[in-house]
Amino acid sequence: MEYVIEMNDIRKEFPGIVANDNITLQVKQGEIHALLGENGAGKSTLMNVLFGLYQPEKGEIKVRGKKVEITDPNVANDLGIGMVHQHFMLIDKFTVTENIILGLEPSRYGTIDLKKAEKEVARISEQYGLRVDPKAKVEEISVGMQQRVEILKTLYRGAEILIFDEPTAVLTPQEIKELIDIMKKLIKEGKSIILITHKLKEIMAACDRCTVIRRGRGIGTVEVAKTNENELASMMVGREISFKVEKAEADPTDVVLNIKDLVVKDTRGVDAVNQLNLEVKAGEIVGIAGVDGNGQTELIEAITGLRKAESGTISVSGKQLTNLPPRKVTEAGVGHIPEDRHKYGLVLDFTVGENILLQTYYRKPYSKNGVLYYPTMYEKARKLIEEYDVRTPSEKTLARALSGGNQQKAIIAREVDRSPNLLIAAQPTRGLDVGAIEFIHRKLVEERDKGRAVLLVSLELDEVRNVSDRIAVVYEGKIVAIVDPKTTSEQELGLLMAGGKLEKAGESGS
Amino acid sequence: MKRVKEALSNLIVPMISISFGFLAGAIIMLLSGNNPVTGYVALLQGVFGEIYYFGETLRMMTPLIFSGIAVAFAFRTGLLNIGVEGQLIVGWLASVAVGSMFDLPMILHLPLALLVGAVAGAVWGFIPGILKARLHVHEVIVTIMMNYVALHVSNYIIRTYMLASGQRSDYVSETASLSSEFLRGMTDFSRLHWGFFLAIAACFVMWFFLWKTTKGYELRSAGYNQHASSYAGMNVKTNIVMSMMISGAFAGLGGAMEGLGTYNYVQILQGFTNLGFDGIAVALLGGSTSIGIFLAAFLFGGLKIGSSNMQATAGVAPELVEIVIALIIFFVASSYFIRWYLNRRQSKKEGK
Repeated sequence: MEYVIEMNDIRKEFPGIVANDNITLQVKQGEIHALLGENGAGKSTLMNVLFGLYQPEKGEIKVRGKKVEITDPNVANDLGIGMVHQHFMLIDKFTVTENIILGLEPSRYGTIDLKKAEKEVARISEQYGLRVDPKAKVEEISVGMQQRVEILKTLYRGAEILIFDEPTAVLTPQEIKELIDIMKKLIKEGKSIILITHKLKEIMAACDRCTVIRRGRGIGTVEVAKTNENELASMMVGREISFKVEKAEADPTDVVLNIKDLVVKDTRGVDAVNQLNLEVKAGEIVGIAGVDGNGQTELIEAITGLRKAESGTISVSGKQLTNLPPRKVTEAGVGHIPEDRHKYGLVLDFTVGENILLQTYYRKPYSKNGVLYYPTMYEKARKLIEEYDVRTPSEKTLARALSGGNQQKAIIAREVDRSPNLLIAAQPTRGLDVGAIEFIHRKLVEERDKGRAVLLVSLELDEVRNVSDRIAVVYEGKIVAIVDPKTTSEQELGLLMAGGKLEKAGESGS
Repeated sequence: MKRVKEALSNLIVPMISISFGFLAGAIIMLLSGNNPVTGYVALLQGVFGEIYYFGETLRMMTPLIFSGIAVAFAFRTGLLNIGVEGQLIVGWLASVAVGSMFDLPMILHLPLALLVGAVAGAVWGFIPGILKARLHVHEVIVTIMMNYVALHVSNYIIRTYMLASGQRSDYVSETASLSSEFLRGMTDFSRLHWGFFLAIAACFVMWFFLWKTTKGYELRSAGYNQHASSYAGMNVKTNIVMSMMISGAFAGLGGAMEGLGTYNYVQILQGFTNLGFDGIAVALLGGSTSIGIFLAAFLFGGLKIGSSNMQATAGVAPELVEIVIALIIFFVASSYFIRWYLNRRQSKKEGK
C-alpha cells in the first residue's frame, strides 16, 4: 500500500459540461505530485472533489488505502487533507497566530490562551522551516509570508496531505525558490503534497511525478525525472508548443518613443525613476529587465499619463507627451496592456463588448451626439473577439466571468486594434498558461513586424530574453545597460539587474 | 435564457422580502391584539378602495420616485448620496420662491420654477461632489451634514423673507403650479398633479442616460472601477462632481413636486420630510433600476396612504405601519440571505 491518496475514475458534471471525465490521480506517500493542466482543464474541480466541496457522480476516493466518502471539508480535515488556497483566506487585522488558530483556539478559563498558541505556532514553524513572526499583523507582512501563514494553518490542523492551489502565481522569483525549499522540507517531515500548477519550470524544479489533465480528461502520469518541459507542454496543450519565439531579425527604423532625463516619484515620494533615458524604434521590441520595484511601474505610468513626471521629457513620434492626461496619450497612438488587468485593464462588471470599446467608445461611429450606439459597439466587439480568439459565450457576457487568459486577450484585442504607434506591454503573460503565452508573444512579434514600436516590461527573464530585440536593464530607476539578448546569458543579465557591471560592458550601450 | 433567469431572480428576491415584511407585520399585529386580516384588508382598501385614495397614493409616489432616482443614480456611479433629503428641501424652497415671486406666462414660469428647483438641488450636490473629487472627503459625511444645513437655512429663509400666514409662504401663482383640475376631478379631489407624469418621464430619462449615452457609460464605468476608467482616459474627478450634481438635480425636482404640486407653498419644517431618506429604501428595493424604483415607490406610497385607513377602520396604530415598512426594508437589506438560499437550492438541484 504505497498510495496515500487514490482518486479512481472520478467523474464530475456541471450543467452543460463534463468538468472531470473519469480522471485517475494516485499520490504516493512522501512525494510532491504535480497536477498540470491549462486554465479551465478541470484541476480545481478535481481538487474540490478531494476537499469535499463537490460530490463526484462516479468514481471512488481512497485515503491510505481505505475507501472514504468526503462529504464536506470537515471530513477532509479529519482525514488530514489540507488546502493552501490561491487567494489567501486571512484576516488582515489579526496577527499571524490569531489567523492560524482561528476556529481551533486553545482556551483557558473561557479566554483564548494566546501564549500557548504562540508557542505552538513557533514550534511548528521551527519544525518545517517556515519563518514567520507569530505576533506580526497579517496586513504588515509580505505576500510570501502570508502564504506561509496559510501553510501553517493547514499544518496546525494536522494536515498530512497538502494541496497547493497555484501557489506561485502571486510570488516573486525569490519567494518561489523559498516556497520550493519549504515544500521539500515538508516532504522530509513525512508530508505528501499535491501541487496544482501550469508552470512547467516549477514542476521540473520541485516535483517527483506529474499527472496531466486536458479538457477534463486524464492524459497520464509521468515521472518528472524522465521527461522534459516540451513533453509536458505538449501533453498539456495537445500539440507541439514552441518556447522559442519564432521571429525574423528586427528591422528598426525611426525612433518612436524617446525618453530623456525622466524623473518620476513613487507614492512615497521617492524618486523611483531617476534620470532615465530610453529610445524605442519602430519595428523593434525593447524589453525592460529588472528586479521588481526598480521603477518599472512608475516609468509606464508616467508614459501613459497615469502618474506625474517631475522632470524630463517623453515624446512619441516627435510629439511631446510629458504630463499629458491619459486620453491625449491614447490619441497619440500609444496602446497600453496594463500590469494589473483587474485594476486597470478591465471594468469587470462591464460586458466583454463594453470593455473592448473602453478606449474608443466616445468616437464615431460608436458615439454620436452623446448617444452610444450599442449595436455598432457590439458588432465591433464581435469582430475582435473572433479575430483574437477570445473564448466567451457572447460579447454580452460580463468580463468577470472569463478566465484570466481570455480577459487578457480581450485587452490585447482592444489595445492592438487601435493601431498604436507604440505598444506598451507590462507583464502581459502573468498568470497565464502556455497556450495563451504563446499567442501573446506571437502577437507582440506580429505588431513589431507591422512596423510598430513595442516596449515590453516583464519580471520573467525568459520572456524578456525570448521576445525582445534589445534588452534595457533597469536598476534603481536608471537604464544601466542595453544588451543584445542573443549574446547575453541569463547570469550576465542577473548580474546587471543586481547593479553589477559586465567586463565587456557598453558593447551596444546607448 | 440566462437573462430571463436573472430578471426573474431580480423580481423574486424583492417579492420574497416584501412577503416576509408583511408576514412579520402580521405577527406583530397579532401580538398587539389586532386582527392582521382586517388590518391588511383595510390597508388595501386604503389604497385601492376609493379613487381618492388611489390618487393620493400616486401623488405620494411622485416625490419618492424622484428621490429614489437620485439615490440610485449616485449609487450606479459608485457614490452614496445620503443628502437627497437636503437637496430635496432646497429644491422645494427654490421652486416655490420662483413660483410665488414672479409673474410670467405659464409656458415660461412653470419650467423656470422646475429648473431652479433642480439647479438648487444640483448646487447642494455639487459641494460634496467637489469635496470628494478634490480632497477625497467621503461623500456620506458631507451629505449628511448638508441635510441639516439645508433644513435650517431653508427654515431661516422662509421665516425671514417668505412668511405669509402661520408657518407657510405664499401660494405659488397658478402659472407655476403643477396642480390639475382635471386630475383632481378624476380622482375625487385628491391632490394628484401633473408631476406624476414628470416622475414617469424621469424614470425614462435615468434609464436612457445611464444605459444609452456616452456620458452614462463613463459614469457607470467610474462607478465600477475608477482605476480602469482613468486608465481609459476618462476624467474621473469631473465625473464624480457631475454625478453628484445630476443626483442632486433629481432630488431638487422631487422637492419641486411638493412645492409646485402637492402643497403649492413651502412651510417651516419641524424636522426632515423623510422623503429623501425613504428614497434610499426605494432605490434599494427597486434594485436601482427605473422600473424597480417605480414599483417600489408605489409600494411605499401605498403603505403611507393606506396606513391612515388602517387606523381609521381597523384601529391599527399608524406606528405599526411604520414598523411594517421598516421590516420590509430590513428584509430587502438582508436579501443577500434570500439570494444565498435560492442559489444553494439551485446548485444542490444541479449537483444531484
